[in-house]
Amino acid sequence: ASSWAAVRVCMGRPQPRGRRSATERLPVHKPAPPPASEPLRQRFLRYLCSRFYDIESLVDWSAKLHFKNLRRKNAFQGQERWFRAERHGTFNSDFLQFRDVPVEAIDLAGSVVNYHGLDNLVKLTALKSLDLSRCPNVDEWALSRLHVFAETLEELSLAGCPQVTERGLACLQQLENLRRLDLSHLPAVPCQGLLRILVEEMLPGCEVVGLDSGAQTSQEEEVPA
Amino acid sequence: MGWSVAYWLKCLETRKGALQVAVIEKDPTYSKASTVLSVGGIRQQFSLPENVQMSLYSAFFLRTINEHLGVVNEPPIDIQFNPLGYLFLASEDGAAILEENVHVQRDQGAKVSLLSPTQLKKKYPWLNTDGVAVASYGLENEGWFDPWALLHAFKRKAISMGVYSCHGEVTSFTTSSTELLTPERELTLSRINYVHVQMPNSLENQPVECSLVVNAAGCWSGKLAEMAGVGIGSPNTQDEIKLPVEPRKRYVYVWHCPDGPGLACPTVIDTTGTYFRREGIGGNYLGGLSPTEEEEPDIQDLKVDHSFFQEKIWPKLAHRVPVFESLKVRSAWAGYYDYNTFDQNAVLGSHPLVENMFFITGFSGHGLQHSPAAGRAMAELILEGKFKTICMEKFSFNRFITGEPALERNII
Ligand SMILES: Cc1cc2nc3c(=O)[nH]c(=O)nc-3n(C[C@H](O)[C@H](O)[C@H](O)COP(=O)(O)OP(=O)(O)OC[C@H]3O[C@@H](n4cnc5c(N)ncnc54)[C@H](O)[C@@H]3O)c2cc1C
Repeated sequence: ASSWAAVRVCMGRPQPRGRRSATERLPVHKPAPPPASEPLRQRFLRYLCSRFYDIESLVDWSAKLHFKNLRRKNAFQGQERWFRAERHGTFNSDFLQFRDVPVEAIDLAGSVVNYHGLDNLVKLTALKSLDLSRCPNVDEWALSRLHVFAETLEELSLAGCPQVTERGLACLQQLENLRRLDLSHLPAVPCQGLLRILVEEMLPGCEVVGLDSGAQTSQEEEVPA
Repeated sequence: MGWSVAYWLKCLETRKGALQVAVIEKDPTYSKASTVLSVGGIRQQFSLPENVQMSLYSAFFLRTINEHLGVVNEPPIDIQFNPLGYLFLASEDGAAILEENVHVQRDQGAKVSLLSPTQLKKKYPWLNTDGVAVASYGLENEGWFDPWALLHAFKRKAISMGVYSCHGEVTSFTTSSTELLTPERELTLSRINYVHVQMPNSLENQPVECSLVVNAAGCWSGKLAEMAGVGIGSPNTQDEIKLPVEPRKRYVYVWHCPDGPGLACPTVIDTTGTYFRREGIGGNYLGGLSPTEEEEPDIQDLKVDHSFFQEKIWPKLAHRVPVFESLKVRSAWAGYYDYNTFDQNAVLGSHPLVENMFFITGFSGHGLQHSPAAGRAMAELILEGKFKTICMEKFSFNRFITGEPALERNII
């Protein structure tokens, strides 16, 4: 069983199928404004919120701050708005309005989603962006299920997943449309420099973040002082 | 197989300690055992629904292995699973069969995709698609893992549940028999009462009393069955029918090719039957090919014939993957398939005449991956008298008597 309290769903505008041009589908993926420039306190809060969802709901201003961050993250994706679970894991009722709108982004950072939890996602056939960073239960078996998003997924973050190994990374080749892959802080991946080369070779046209050379910058991003 | 059956017997026994199970092993280093000499692959791409079901069950088992085989206060099991599918290539002639197989696999719930040569070329630019009409790729629950880790995990768990591990070689059985008069002829039914175990480095022969025997001796199971009188009776009777399982030597070669297919190289099964896959991340690959019936090598020892690679395998590899032109062989080994000469499929179930000998053998190159499912089926049959999870009636010994093969097309 997996907890879904940390799920945030971002919806795209309903679009007639097949109308999306190639350029539309490839937004310029500038990484989010580097949070490193934020004051330490904010960074620390951001870190806490992303780890412990109850903190957000208990401390209101913290949630607002978080929301702001998310919206900011949103802007560069050219998408409309993010939905996130409320205090008890339920969603606001206007969420229902969007029943027919395809979900384009899911942020499961820090959640306990596992192989079975992905059952809930595999039907999202328009998913473009998936954040699985710091998910302790994402392993090679879970990664092997991501092929269902092969046609649409453009952005994937596995940063800080303790169980992701080089064995699991190999099956990401199925994700043909991937444009950005965050692989920073993967403690179980050996020979990171070599692996970066291998992953880049396997996914031409995809920007790989992390693994050796990228590790330094993302370190600042992830871990608060 | 033996340890899997032992584990499942203990797992499914109705009362704790109801069964006493001993696993008798002549070579605890497993120097010749197929299990540790295999290449560790698991796939769903078979042509028989039962085999697909066994693979699906085994994949589930391996994914949740720590829930089954975890032992308190011992480190968790890591079977080093590599989730890359099998890529079966079919020529014009084989295309229809491949598609038919894929339908069977999908009906059973396996996730398998079909690829045209164009799609193939796009996905695997290093592949030469000449002569390929269609390909199938297993999207989930396929890949390879560490056979040692699985064997060790079964053994550790079974021992922790009270299974005896016995070092020695089974050399003979003591049986008792009853004559049965049927309208057509006289039948001799027999039961094994004692298993005689030759202790290592000694002449001592220890009789072990038993109520039933599970023959999980892999490629040597035909020999073991013979010791119990299977297949040595008078001609033209059922007594004459042997367990058709024998050792067949298979070579595995490891080569280095730094510019090879790279990280996403799946297990490719060429139209010629040649297979290869990536091994580790250092630019190594491994592969092999089953020899034709005429080329079958001598099985006395496990020596490797290097000319077989040079003459039979390399040209085919280099044709399919042109960069393999420049490969360098690093090492090689050989192992025995527990080869079922009748239909290349498992033999699961008891013998009709030697009533209390149960077979779990004859997997012909796909036994490692089926061990969790087959072990469970065997335990169900022993404890409940019938298969519960997956029906494996098709694999019973009776098919050798009726002469109806359960043919598996996808033998590598
Ligand atoms: C090169 C190669 C590649 C393979 N690749 C794969 C693969 O990718 N995927 C897959 O699923 N399968 C594969 N296999 C097949 C797989 O290895 C076998 O089907 C499986 O391991 C059989 O297991 P087993 O326990 O029946 O036999 P074994 O592992 O051989 O065990 C039998 C044991 O019985 C013992 N024994 C025999 N006779 C006696 C006796 N008289 N007294 C006491 N002990 C005895 C032996 O010492 C041995 O340890 C491969 C096999 C080979 C050779």
